[in-house]
Amino acid sequence: MNLAFRDVEYRLGRFLLTAVGIGLLLATVMAMNGIYNGLVEDALSIVRSPKVDLWVVQKDTNGPFAENSRIPEDVYRNILAVPGVGEASPVNYQILQIEYQGRTSRLQVVGYRPGGLGGPPSIASGRPILKSRYEMVVDRKAGLPLGAELEIGRITLTVVGLTEGVTSNAGDSAAFITLEDAQELQFLKPNEAIRNERARLQTDLAKNPDLKGVSADEISPILQNSRIANAILVRLESSANPAEVARNIERWNHYRALTTAEEEVVLAKSVVERARQQLLLFRIILLIVATVVIALIIYTMTLEKTRDIATLKIIGAPNSKIVGLILQQSLLLGVIGFIVGTIAISLTYEYFPRRVVIFISDQITVFAIVIGICVAASGIGIRKALHIDATTAMAGGA
Amino acid sequence: MRQVRAENITKVFGQGETEVVALKDASIAVEAGEVVALMGPSGSGKTTLLRAISLIDPPTRGTIEIAGEKIFESERVLIDDRLLRRRRMGIIFQAYNLIPFLTVLENVALVLTLNGISNRESLKRSRLLLEQLDLGHRADTYPSTLSGGEQQRVAVARAVVNNPAVILADEPTAALDTERGKAVMKILRQLGHEKKAAVIVVTHDERMVEGFDRIYHLSDGHLSVEHLK
Repeated sequence: MNLAFRDVEYRLGRFLLTAVGIGLLLATVMAMNGIYNGLVEDALSIVRSPKVDLWVVQKDTNGPFAENSRIPEDVYRNILAVPGVGEASPVNYQILQIEYQGRTSRLQVVGYRPGGLGGPPSIASGRPILKSRYEMVVDRKAGLPLGAELEIGRITLTVVGLTEGVTSNAGDSAAFITLEDAQELQFLKPNEAIRNERARLQTDLAKNPDLKGVSADEISPILQNSRIANAILVRLESSANPAEVARNIERWNHYRALTTAEEEVVLAKSVVERARQQLLLFRIILLIVATVVIALIIYTMTLEKTRDIATLKIIGAPNSKIVGLILQQSLLLGVIGFIVGTIAISLTYEYFPRRVVIFISDQITVFAIVIGICVAASGIGIRKALHIDATTAMAGGA
Repeated sequence: MRQVRAENITKVFGQGETEVVALKDASIAVEAGEVVALMGPSGSGKTTLLRAISLIDPPTRGTIEIAGEKIFESERVLIDDRLLRRRRMGIIFQAYNLIPFLTVLENVALVLTLNGISNRESLKRSRLLLEQLDLGHRADTYPSTLSGGEQQRVAVARAVVNNPAVILADEPTAALDTERGKAVMKILRQLGHEKKAAVIVVTHDERMVEGFDRIYHLSDGHLSVEHLK
């Protein structure tokens, strides 16, 4: 005869309602875990999707995501000559705000050479980019259909394929276009700006006697170099040692070469660290709140049973029986709450505006913490129960 | 066999100026199968004596023996009080004190399971007893659905199911009307005799004293005895 279960059965509706409340609180903790995991997964998906070994970026910078990195596009040829390098391709990254059918959204645009590194990891629908210009493959979450035409800057891009699971560290869907299109979008200025710049250049040329007779119209296109990439992606030969190749690239070409693991660390540290700390703090606060709530519920349930516990003491129930009654109810509350929380988050995680990723290992950790806080929270109820005076049961009044 | 022997029981509450002597050298002895009443006005120390004998609130001084075993002497409790009550005592309260979340059957069986008897055996024995008390049809209901008289009969069943050496009843009929009170007292006396238990009933109700072997009167902490048979 289990007193804890019998009591729960007797007050089933109220107990379940309380457990649901606890469950929703725990669902919030799980959501926080999931949001944090999603944040990391999103941040790293853009680094992982090209499946490369090295990222060559501007010297003394942390690469294309954490800091500005500008590197001449043709450096990839020099890098290809480094022993151990199998493939190398320039890539360009930029965030663009687009408008489609009255809806504004942001895209993490990746410019790459079709056939080279840095393209979409897979095509879920449609086809990959086949033409050298004006085509786009976009993540399905962007909500752009195949055939959609987007006017961005001076060019019009057509969606020819859809990919999945690639986003920026801010959660923006990735869009893949050719490097040439990306460079045009990023570096080519509007006509008015070009005209103003040439006029300013002409004034400067006129001031220098050595450059008299040089026309701004002639040298302006040379100065306006758009053949810039943000990084060179490198895939190594299977026998190559990434650290050694990275060292060679840094020594010979005066650029910084980061392994994919290092780039992930850079991203995790610089881009998502604060968010991670923020979410960690939230989780701690929520777990403290859950502990206090469970403790109060258990304490109240114990108070309600004051006379029953006193009666148990009088009929000779040992303390272990009384402790078991409270502890088991606390644990049951936690376990049911955990199940409710898991169901709630499983049913809702897809509807969160940002990606929510639930790992089994995280759930096991949350479960262990819930058990821990239930044991801790039952302490106050157990203390109260053990201090209940048995004579309370002998007070009159039927 | 003498099941209860309490000698020179003194109970003092408070200290110094707030000191109150609730019991003064009270002595009581009850044989197996005897049913005695403890009477007296409110505040005379009836319940205090019951609490002292059951070690719920041990006396300040005195000696107590239950079924020949010394449980209190020289201001010291000599036994685990819960073990004592679990094994050797049955206690009946004025307010029935049935556990509300257990069924009638489980309330009775609880005492047996606390003594290590298997759940199945406990339930079997409890059901038999409830049938004997004409409560078999109520066995699987919750106490809240029972009348006051029925609840007190269940409380009596709970107190006697373990064949205790001593049954202590604190105002068991106070919340019942005369007819139901008399019925409960009749069962209590009958079971006390049957099970060879020493039954001590605290009551202030003169209408309930018929059939008792002795009546102890308490007044201002002093005990006197009236032999009826």
